[in-house]
Amino acid sequence: MSNIDSQTLSGDNALTGGPDGNAAPLLRVVEAALDDAKRRGATTAEAAVSRGQGMSVSVRMGDVETVEHNRDKSLGISVYLGHRTGSASTSDFSEAAVRDTVRAACTIAKNTVEDPYNGLADAERLATNIPDLDLYHPWDPSIDTAVELATRTEDAARGADPRITNSEGASVSSHAGTHIYANSLGFCGAVHSTNHSISCAVVASSQAGMQRDYWYSTARDAAELETPEQVGEISAQRALRRLDARQLSTRQASVIYEAPVAGSLLSHLVGAVRGSNLYRKATFLLDHIGKPIFADRVRIHEQPHLLKASGSAAFDGEGVATQARDLVSAGVLQGYVLDSYSARKLGLATTGNAGGVHNLTIESGPLDLPGLLQHMGEGLLVTELIGFGVNTLTGDYSRGAAGFWVENGEIQYPVEEITVAGNLKQMFRNIAAVGADQDRRGNIRSGSILIEDMTVAGA
Amino acid sequence: MSNSLETARSTLLEPTGITEQDIDRVLGQIMDRDVDYADLYFQYSRHESWSLEEGQVKSGTHSIDQGVGVRAVSGEKTGFAYSDEFLLPALSDAADAARAIARQPGAVHTRPIVWQRGGGVALYTPSDPLASIPDADKVRILERVEQEATRRDARVIQVMASLAGVHEVVMVARSDGVMAADIRPLVRLNVTVIVEQDGRREQGSAGGGGRFTYRYFDEADRGLDYAREAVRQALVNLEAVESPAGSMQVVLGPGWPGILLHEAIGHGLEGDFNRKGTSAFSGRVGERVATPQCTVVDDGTIVDRRGSLSVDDEGTPAQNTVLIEDGILKGYMQDTLNARLMGVAPTGNGRRESFAHLPMPRMTNTYMLAGKYDPNEIVASVDKGLYAVNFGGGQVDITSGKFVFSASEAYLIENGKATRPVKGATLIGNGPDVLTRVNMVGNDLQLDPGVGTCGKDGQSVPVGVGQPTIRIDGLTVGGVEI
Repeated sequence: MSNIDSQTLSGDNALTGGPDGNAAPLLRVVEAALDDAKRRGATTAEAAVSRGQGMSVSVRMGDVETVEHNRDKSLGISVYLGHRTGSASTSDFSEAAVRDTVRAACTIAKNTVEDPYNGLADAERLATNIPDLDLYHPWDPSIDTAVELATRTEDAARGADPRITNSEGASVSSHAGTHIYANSLGFCGAVHSTNHSISCAVVASSQAGMQRDYWYSTARDAAELETPEQVGEISAQRALRRLDARQLSTRQASVIYEAPVAGSLLSHLVGAVRGSNLYRKATFLLDHIGKPIFADRVRIHEQPHLLKASGSAAFDGEGVATQARDLVSAGVLQGYVLDSYSARKLGLATTGNAGGVHNLTIESGPLDLPGLLQHMGEGLLVTELIGFGVNTLTGDYSRGAAGFWVENGEIQYPVEEITVAGNLKQMFRNIAAVGADQDRRGNIRSGSILIEDMTVAGA
Repeated sequence: MSNSLETARSTLLEPTGITEQDIDRVLGQIMDRDVDYADLYFQYSRHESWSLEEGQVKSGTHSIDQGVGVRAVSGEKTGFAYSDEFLLPALSDAADAARAIARQPGAVHTRPIVWQRGGGVALYTPSDPLASIPDADKVRILERVEQEATRRDARVIQVMASLAGVHEVVMVARSDGVMAADIRPLVRLNVTVIVEQDGRREQGSAGGGGRFTYRYFDEADRGLDYAREAVRQALVNLEAVESPAGSMQVVLGPGWPGILLHEAIGHGLEGDFNRKGTSAFSGRVGERVATPQCTVVDDGTIVDRRGSLSVDDEGTPAQNTVLIEDGILKGYMQDTLNARLMGVAPTGNGRRESFAHLPMPRMTNTYMLAGKYDPNEIVASVDKGLYAVNFGGGQVDITSGKFVFSASEAYLIENGKATRPVKGATLIGNGPDVLTRVNMVGNDLQLDPGVGTCGKDGQSVPVGVGQPTIRIDGLTVGGVEI
């Protein structure tokens, strides 16, 4: 049962309660910060406060390796003196620390220049009707339970094959937290959420050397996690299939990005249509709204109100109501990713993306991964990407990769120590298919993606 | 270092009323169990940043973080908890949570212990960089950088600059009676420019910093040098053609290209992966992993450097550790846990992002010593290849040994001469054998300007790298031009 509240602050009579009784003391901190900002002469102000707690255990080679207890809190405040702004944060919620933090923000604001685009979100954009997105499912397993689950996970991986010779361990973690955003326009929204995960990383060996791979499952509700045995087995199979990898010779080839790495392509899109990069002219997608940037069947949309999903949010980092929308429709760019500041700079309206996108999803086609391999015939299946060779300004793209060489629609052998390169502008146009095998674990949801005509560099 | 300890006591303990006797009692509470080692890590840090775009400083941030991390180690098991409140009950609760890793009662310990001061020498000023100059002067540094960049060339259409500073006070109290402290300043100035010519836009970036105060950027107009360097790079990129693809001879310039060593060698030589046997370098001490020209060290003791530490985050004095000597693998970088389990001495590489994170073996300043060749001679020795002088980030798969790093400024080498600039490309290689292909090492050792941040298991720490010009005979260049 999730609990998200929004209510206008009025004096001391603020929103209280919450599933863990966490909200009331946090609200007092936010109110104190906003009140103090006002006393110091801030025209407007906004504050975000969060508190979380959780635990994480790891088991390696059958023994407990670490038991960690987490308890974090923070307060961040931004003040506006007219159109000047300053921000400050603290993990200390004492009255004195909150006062110091507000003062630090005001000091910074006094040293910055007037910028007419600075300020809170426009009042009419703030969320008023806040749906329950079902994000709060406390689990709080005992240490013994968590250790048992992690042990089962690692056992499943190590028992999967005699070539699994070593392990980096299996982990189980559980976290719960409360986040509140409030501003001097009277907006106050609270979100309670949980996050649980099981992960495992193992090493497979052969004469040729060692290969490591991992798998994880994550969910708002622990009941929806994959079983320890599933996570362990998948991690083992992923490590095993990489054994005896070879280097390819340099060539042009079609490339399939396996679903767990395909989302990275969408995050490059987000970077290229983010407001801050647009007004700085730091993107290869400047002035592309209304233009075709993808192959014409591609649809990419935001789904902020999906129940229990990792990127779900009723309001963004400025209290602005989030909305389901198409970012790309029939291959044509429909909008940007904006917060209030960048929107004003561009003469547009915020898209409710202060803090990022919400469950950005590329629509899947009918083919599963084996179907996509058949469709491609010959080419490279990429299962791992390393490095940061992506230039958002020019679209130039060059990253390290590992995966499999595919012929006649079938995997032939594992490959490594290669790069895949191209230009994102062309790569987006060359997306030939999106798989039905959608990875829904993160804030970006994608099936495997087939891109025609990339450069693969190797020996 | 004695001053550091006094300062740490007065910053971290005195305002809270926690005494050394209290710390001893908390450690005693943990050591009651079957625990080999425990420590408390007190930290207070202040961070600020100022950023400029479109000619004006429009925003800034300030943050204060403090807390104490409590760790109990029993065999290979670690229990960990932390509190962001410097209060005795919170400390005691964290100790209870941490010690739960061990369930058996421990041996009888003699308490109270007599505190010994940790070693280590002061390598940098204890001054708080945030307070080193007035806020208005911080703004002025950024404005001067912007003016210099804009003035250099009419093709500059955008200048983004940021100035950041950290003042950090840490204190470690260990179950073996060592109490050590460190006061760590850290500043950084960065500038990125975008240039435009005939509808083509490119960028260039430069920056630097280290463990000193903001005054560094005004001395010798260093801040302005960053602006000039960023503009120069951006203009070079305006002329860049597609990068070649495939395996070829690669010459790496001096300084920051030493990120090669960090990725290809450094991570694989961290003690944790080697204790567990998951590194491509596991069990290879004494073996040849490089040509005899290559000697690589990790040195945390260089004055004022971004990666330096007077003592690490476990109170061990930083040191200069030889990783590879004349091509032979000599040893690993260790924290106390992995050193104990491997039966070797810690090397002062136990680092953590904050009190809320567990320490692990991390690099400090990792670099290759100078060789004998003139850098011009090295470029002249290549018929056809790539000359890469500046890089963005890199990454490594520690188990397979495969690493990448991405060039941001590179040139073709044709007939012994650096000719056309090429677009950035990722370079990929295999850590355990890349240095066996280094056949020329230059005499021009440089350390990077102080811009590196290393990420591992979600923890970020400042690091340094360096190297002379080197020639690698066979590295895969991930361009698009076949």
